[in-house]
Amino acid sequence: MNPLRDLLFDYTLRTVALGAGTLGIVAGALGTYAVLRRQSLLGDAISHAALPGIVLAFILTGMKSTLVLVLGAALAGWLGTLVVMMIVRHSRLPEDSALGIVLSVFFGAGLVLLTYVQKLPDASQAGLDSFLFGQAATMLERDVVVIAVLGAIALLAVVVFWKEFKILSFDPEFGASLGMPMRSIDILLTTFLVIAIVIGLQTVGVVLMSAMVIAPAAAARQWTNSLSVMVLLSALFGAMAGVTGALISSTAQHVPTGPTIVLCATVLVLISMAFAPERGLIWAAVQRRQQRRQIRADAVLGDLYALAGHHESEHAHDVTVLEAMRAGRTDVHRALDILEERGLARRDGTGGWTITRAGRAEAEQAGESGPDGQHEREGSA
Amino acid sequence: MSIELEIQLVAVVVSVACSLAGVFLVLRRMALMSDAISHTVLLGIVLVFFITRDIASPFLVLGAAAMGVATVGLVEALVRTRLVREDASIGLVFPALFSIAVILITRYAGSVHLDTDAVLLGEIAFAPFRRLEVGGVDLGPRSLWVMGGVLLLNITFIALLYKELKLSTFDPGLAAALGFAPGLLHYAFMTLVSITAVGAFDAVGSILVVALMITPPATAYLLSDSLPRVLILSAVIAALAALVGFWTAWLVDASIAGCMASAAGVLFLLAFLLAPERGVIAVARRRSRQRWEFARLMLAIHLLHHEGAPDAANESRETHLGEHLRWEPKFARRVVSEAADEDLLVRLQDGRLELTETGRDSARKAMLV
Repeated sequence: MNPLRDLLFDYTLRTVALGAGTLGIVAGALGTYAVLRRQSLLGDAISHAALPGIVLAFILTGMKSTLVLVLGAALAGWLGTLVVMMIVRHSRLPEDSALGIVLSVFFGAGLVLLTYVQKLPDASQAGLDSFLFGQAATMLERDVVVIAVLGAIALLAVVVFWKEFKILSFDPEFGASLGMPMRSIDILLTTFLVIAIVIGLQTVGVVLMSAMVIAPAAAARQWTNSLSVMVLLSALFGAMAGVTGALISSTAQHVPTGPTIVLCATVLVLISMAFAPERGLIWAAVQRRQQRRQIRADAVLGDLYALAGHHESEHAHDVTVLEAMRAGRTDVHRALDILEERGLARRDGTGGWTITRAGRAEAEQAGESGPDGQHEREGSA
Repeated sequence: MSIELEIQLVAVVVSVACSLAGVFLVLRRMALMSDAISHTVLLGIVLVFFITRDIASPFLVLGAAAMGVATVGLVEALVRTRLVREDASIGLVFPALFSIAVILITRYAGSVHLDTDAVLLGEIAFAPFRRLEVGGVDLGPRSLWVMGGVLLLNITFIALLYKELKLSTFDPGLAAALGFAPGLLHYAFMTLVSITAVGAFDAVGSILVVALMITPPATAYLLSDSLPRVLILSAVIAALAALVGFWTAWLVDASIAGCMASAAGVLFLLAFLLAPERGVIAVARRRSRQRWEFARLMLAIHLLHHEGAPDAANESRETHLGEHLRWEPKFARRVVSEAADEDLLVRLQDGRLELTETGRDSARKAMLV
């Protein structure tokens, strides 16, 4: 099978990929705020809290249409977040405990309802438990429409309330001092986060949906410091994870959708953490190495300067002398190469080394500004 | 023992074991680590299962506990890179590990005993069918022995390291300064949490482990300020939740684990509303009482201030309070009549209010003169 060809021509696969991609975009965009506001695990609580809503919506209406179930999920998820906020406001319990309580108790209630439904003499209830881990293969075009419409509303809200959400994420006290209703804005943003989460439940599942909120945003954070770029990148990463995960799970046998999508998102996080410029681990390691080399070169330059002070200025010094001065702890050859590159030291015909005029100036400057000046230069290097 | 009794016994033992470890999770603000650990132990179980090919192997528990501790280590390593914050790193690590476990199960272990529903739901109802037999003698359900052992481990751990746990929970700085090796204790404690989670996981499923670890301790924390009392209360509440949950499940024929979690939730709600000191209702009543007390005192101070002054005749009229203290007429009437009831003042014939000696005293005391 060729996944790319299937994506274009296989109707089911196209639907599934479209749905998973859309939910990735929405969860990625809204997840940005959750991660920035240190509320990553609120998503976990919301998605678990949605379970009783899904089952209750089915019991009350007898319908398994996506819209009904998603609305039920949204109501329960929203209620769950309000309960978390209430517990934190009206008791001395910290937020993590409140999240844990809501997450597990709502989910427990959902399981009770689920076992109740499973005894109903109604064949159509089969498949409700696919909400636990998600089942993208059952997605129909009208499900994708529901996802797309609800997702578009949430994305539109991000654009319309851009300024408000930005202030809420970075400086809520400032917003409050301007007279902005920060609590209402908080509830508004949370409401759209709930929407972003519930539209993914059918595909990714209750248990793992929180990862779709966190992972793309955490990956996007590594590449940028700008909120707008982060939202866009996060949406892009979410879409990539959604489409790739859905494709893999529908082309291979016995591979559940939700976990596959989550793993794709996790891979994006790992790549970003490793390679992102400025912040990435590899970038930072390279940076550290260059800095260390710079410091060593500066030390050798200092030695050359000291030697030049003892002799007439153009006297060349052998590498072994410099090596002895560094007590063998530094690769002097490499340090000298760096100095030569920067025009601070010069090799003469016999293989000895001399400090140049520029090198002298540099060493004098470093000496004048003392150790602090040294640090400054390392920092900017 | 009847089957019902055995299930109840297992349920109580599981809940109490979870709640004891949970007290310190709640107090150390690591509640959601239980969520992470209870998910990732599955990966440990799966990996060991692939090696040993034996679902009853004791190494499963070891592997699972090791994975729990590894989860804590991974989360902390991720935080240490300073690229993601703690909440996000918990939310990144456990879904990833759990996903790997679920994929492995559905792909390679579909025919064996491990299945994803059991992971979430637990199988406490089947606990009585897996017996522990030694030399042909039936010693009762296997999970009762396992969880009994885990409970004993929890009690021993807390009893032996009580002082260390307490200090490092409430004042980690001092604990470190006194040389208590908080890092070592932290990992030892997380190992305990992992072992407890693995044992409970088998009975009630991964998410309800969270319910049992967090909800009873949180409930107890609303009811008491003393650590020993919180520990005992939390164990009692957990046992109660287990019993109520079991009987509810038995009556409506639903998931036992789900009912246990729901019962724990209901108990929490009751404490949240009705707790004697910190309950929402107690706080609201205290606030309202303080509001009236304060108003009466204000009135007494106001009267004392103008007593004997030329404007006293005008200032000490109930109708004037609206103007001076900005009180609504209804509010003023109630404050005046309550103050009169408390013998702070008397109403004179011409409608003026006059402080009694008690009223003067309390006004002076309030003003510190």
